[in-house]
Amino acid sequence: MNELLHISTLHYLVLGAALFLLGVIGVLTRRNVVIVLMSIELILNAVNLNLVAFSRHLGGLHGQVFAIFVITDAAAEAAVGLGILIAFFRNKETVNMDEVNLLKW
Amino acid sequence: MTPVATPFFFYLLAGIMVIGGIMVITRKNAVHSALALIVTLLAQAALYLMLYAPFVAGVQIILYAGGIMVLFLFVIMLVSIERAAKERTFNKQWLVGLAAGLALGALFIGVYEKGKVIFPGRMTAGQEGQNTQALGTMLYGQYMFPFEIASLLLLVAIIGAVVMAKKRI
Repeated sequence: MNELLHISTLHYLVLGAALFLLGVIGVLTRRNVVIVLMSIELILNAVNLNLVAFSRHLGGLHGQVFAIFVITDAAAEAAVGLGILIAFFRNKETVNMDEVNLLKW
Repeated sequence: MTPVATPFFFYLLAGIMVIGGIMVITRKNAVHSALALIVTLLAQAALYLMLYAPFVAGVQIILYAGGIMVLFLFVIMLVSIERAAKERTFNKQWLVGLAAGLALGALFIGVYEKGKVIFPGRMTAGQEGQNTQALGTMLYGQYMFPFEIASLLLLVAIIGAVVMAKKRI
């Protein structure tokens, strides 16, 4: 009980792992590409939580700087991913993952 | 200022985040998923505040909950959601995907059991104030080169998004 009430780095890491897991399951099981992209955002956020928790654990700011870089990457990834999605929707009139088979033969 | 009721707020925010995450991957309507993701991101910003990272919390709210999620909502409006609402929510190999996810979860539990002795039960006291200032000094000093590369990445992403979404290239 005492372990549960003293919030340590470990608690944040477990929460990050849970969110990462939810994101992975979302990527693997959903059909809608928009929701797959949102699941990727969940994964990136889990990593960010870990980075900031480790930054606090080690007493420095390097983890927070890294978290800001990850957020920048997430913004770039979302912009390009949604651009690709719009281009795809214009061609195939669908946003379903399993109908993305233009390169299949 | 010493933190008050840390366990209560941690478990409250963690619960909100996990429930929001589950909603994101289970809702049929993409708009509901986006709203659940916004709630998750806001709870995470509050967790950043608990970790003495106010600047990252502000960036999280402004950039993630503000910028990226508005982008998502715009795209959801652009592509048709009426058709998607009538179709299957999960793909054909969802069972395999779920099994792979649960295997990853088992791996995480194994790592937790092996690695939990490394971490001390109590966190070191965080340093207050000067967070934004110190981060700015680091970003423009030690991390100058990665910072410039990040700006280049954003430029490439902007050009890429415009080219992708253009009707005729």
